[in-house]
Amino acid sequence: MHRLAQVSVDIIDQMVAQGVPFAREYGGMLDNRSFGGAQVSRTFYARGQTGQQLLLGAYQQLSRQIGLGGVRLFNRTELVDVVVVDGRCSGIVVRDLLTGEITSHAAHAVVMATGGYGNVFYLSTNAMNCNVTAAWRAHRRGAMFANPCYTQIHPTCIPQSDESQSKLTLMSESLRNDGRIWVPKNADDTRPADQIPEGERDYYLERLYPSYGNLAPRDISSRAAKRLVDKGHGVGPLKNGVNLDFSAAIDRLGRDVVQERYGNLFQMYERIAGEDPYSTPMRIYPATHYTMGGLWVDYELATTIPGLYAAGEANFSDHGANRLGASALMQGLADGYFVLPYTIGNELAPMLNKNIPTTDHPAFVQAETEARERFNAYLNVSGTRSPDWFHRELGKIIWDYCGMERTQQGLEKALSELPALYSEFKKDLRVTGTGESVNQTLEKAGRVDDFFQLGMLMCRDALDREESCGAHFRSEYQTGDGEALRDDKNFCHVSAYNWTGDPMAAELNKEKLEFETAHLATRSYK
Amino acid sequence: MKHLTNLKLKVWRQDGPDVVGKFETHIVESVSDEASFLEMLDQLNERLIGENKDAIVFDHDCREGICGTCSLMINGRAHGPQRATTTCQLHMRTFSSGDEIVIEPWRAAAFPIIKDLMVDRSSFDRIVESGGFITALTGGAPDANLIPVPKPVSDAAMDSAACIGCGACVAACPNGAANLFTGAKIAHLNVLPQGQAERFKRAEAMVNAMDEQFGSCTNHGECSAACPKEISLDVIALMNSDFRKSKSKNRKQLSRG
Ligand SMILES: Cc1cc2nc3c(=O)[nH]c(=O)nc-3n(C[C@H](O)[C@H](O)[C@H](O)COP(=O)(O)OP(=O)(O)OC[C@H]3O[C@@H](n4cnc5c(N)ncnc54)[C@H](O)[C@@H]3O)c2cc1C
Ligand code: SF4
Ligand code: FES
Repeated sequence: MHRLAQVSVDIIDQMVAQGVPFAREYGGMLDNRSFGGAQVSRTFYARGQTGQQLLLGAYQQLSRQIGLGGVRLFNRTELVDVVVVDGRCSGIVVRDLLTGEITSHAAHAVVMATGGYGNVFYLSTNAMNCNVTAAWRAHRRGAMFANPCYTQIHPTCIPQSDESQSKLTLMSESLRNDGRIWVPKNADDTRPADQIPEGERDYYLERLYPSYGNLAPRDISSRAAKRLVDKGHGVGPLKNGVNLDFSAAIDRLGRDVVQERYGNLFQMYERIAGEDPYSTPMRIYPATHYTMGGLWVDYELATTIPGLYAAGEANFSDHGANRLGASALMQGLADGYFVLPYTIGNELAPMLNKNIPTTDHPAFVQAETEARERFNAYLNVSGTRSPDWFHRELGKIIWDYCGMERTQQGLEKALSELPALYSEFKKDLRVTGTGESVNQTLEKAGRVDDFFQLGMLMCRDALDREESCGAHFRSEYQTGDGEALRDDKNFCHVSAYNWTGDPMAAELNKEKLEFETAHLATRSYK
Repeated sequence: MKHLTNLKLKVWRQDGPDVVGKFETHIVESVSDEASFLEMLDQLNERLIGENKDAIVFDHDCREGICGTCSLMINGRAHGPQRATTTCQLHMRTFSSGDEIVIEPWRAAAFPIIKDLMVDRSSFDRIVESGGFITALTGGAPDANLIPVPKPVSDAAMDSAACIGCGACVAACPNGAANLFTGAKIAHLNVLPQGQAERFKRAEAMVNAMDEQFGSCTNHGECSAACPKEISLDVIALMNSDFRKSKSKNRKQLSRG
């Protein structure tokens, strides 16, 4: 944390030098705004697409290296296994998504920057190709997986509109700066939003958390929305959302200012929901967004397999049980630009001039064979259900029992349903096509397989953690007014799991959390 | 929620880069008007798998208009009928029951077909690799506020930086030219103070990389009309002017401003 805070100062400077067009004030200085969980404006931004612009900035620098011949890029290639020789990570096995060919790369060190696992829920704000395979395969080869149950639900997404929905769209949290969240006080009120008088609206975040109001942290805002929707106060055709209303902001600042701040988000909303947010409030509902858990790493971002590193959302570091707005990009950039370049050298220096195992080493050959067999097996089940069908069913279980609110009973139910569905997957999967040319159904099958195993670990972890903390909310452990109730005596630790061969029986290691300078306290958002 | 019924899809199927492709007709009997265009294809694919047939291959990732991966010609228009909208943001409510919808991949010599509706756009990467960056080694960057950037300038850079590299401009262009994409990439960096040192070198290298792979621009303007991020034709003018200057005799003087 301390290091992240230190190096984060350099990130904006570095990114600006690379040409990322961060917003400026009229005087030419960098502009900033406020984000969820923060009461001051301290977030730099590039219109409504900061992440995209930072990605493009990093892509341009990578392209420069590729042009110079320093880096070789393998597009449309997927990591399918990690190779460990004598306890060291010696390389990776990959599948060429265009030809299905399985090959290996030997290396002195491997860095995984393969993102989070939010798509285990099927519906999430993550891109469709986000998956846990890389991290999971590393886990199966000996890397510890930490805090899998810490998954963040983001409060401002567009609610699901029907069964066929393939993903949920995030409406940037920055909207909460100027939008006011409310539901009708009367659950049966079906009038259009603009006909509901002020006195009959419940601005529940402002009511419950007067000092943070609409900027209350994500987990708190998400649960508050869920409770009201569960009580029947939801809005929209399926009554599955809450209003995010800009009329006050438009009156105060004028339409032009609002358009300048959020124009592209409003446009995005209009495309999806078919409603104009300048005149009708947006409808929003929480959705899975970010995963704090991931591969366990030490201060040098090294996993428990020497030579294997994990950066960005793929690791578990920095965010604890919940992440605050804007800090994911900060962490990813810090890891890649300012941490790994310094720490990985400690691993590489002693290996100078030493031979490393090549890809004809038996461990590589065996890993390749296993990967080939795995993908052939998906093709050969010849059952009746597609990978997507299984993914959707898996997602429903995880969302219902390991989502925003978890209970012992629900988690136990999930842990009995998941293995049953997983064995169904192995018996009744259908993948059409072949393994020798592009086959997105086959790719999906491999990813869903790993999501199943991860899902079991998530539920086990959530069941084991008998407290509420951050994004992990166990209904049994809450204060009288519904806030998370931590148990620092028994659960002040990281839960890091070792693979044992059975995802239902992973081995738990507890890493005690010690607080030297800042002491453990409960933050109040009231 | 309403349903559209009886859509007739004509979908381009092609097994690989070097095989002959053909249109395949599928009837979609019912789909919700809230579904996105790609969700409609997902449903069709689920049905095809159910019938033991190969699913239709198409590129997609973010499904919210940010990543530039989706790429379909819908009824002859890149990204379909809606202005400033990527394929993944297009919803079925834009269509009506009984419509015939023709779905093809991007058609451009520089974007070879990989399979069905998926094309290879690495020719764009090669343009960026030739100069679409600011040389700024990590570490030692000056304080970002040391070089003030006037708001209109940062806004203009952002307008160009919004390009998602989807390739619709090339697909829409009768000549298969990549001037709008290349112009956007050049304009993003060339208007910023940070981009000045390499301004003319960048324009020259990127235009050359573009010319090696893509067709020539004859000012049709189809590109900008198809662009989901509404990149303006002005970026092409800026690119051309910087390219011309880079060729002028006293180019050494230019970098002094
Ligand atoms: C809609 C949305 C909005 C967000 N907004 C913000 C924000 O405003 N501020 C903020 O701080 N954070 C935000 N976040 C979070 C932040 O964007 C992510 O946490 C961050 O991008 C993760 O970066 P990463 O590099 O670790 O992983 P990713 O960006 O997910 O990259 C992982 C890459 O690895 C590839 N990959 C995965 N598995 C394999 C494999 N097996 N083989 C090969 N390649 C593989 C993936 O295809 C992907 O390209 C947002 C996230 C989303 C989804
Ligand atoms: S200029 Fe527009 S159409 Fe062309 S690649 Fe960029 S975003 Fe796509
Ligand atoms: S899938 Fe990302 S822009 Fe369409």
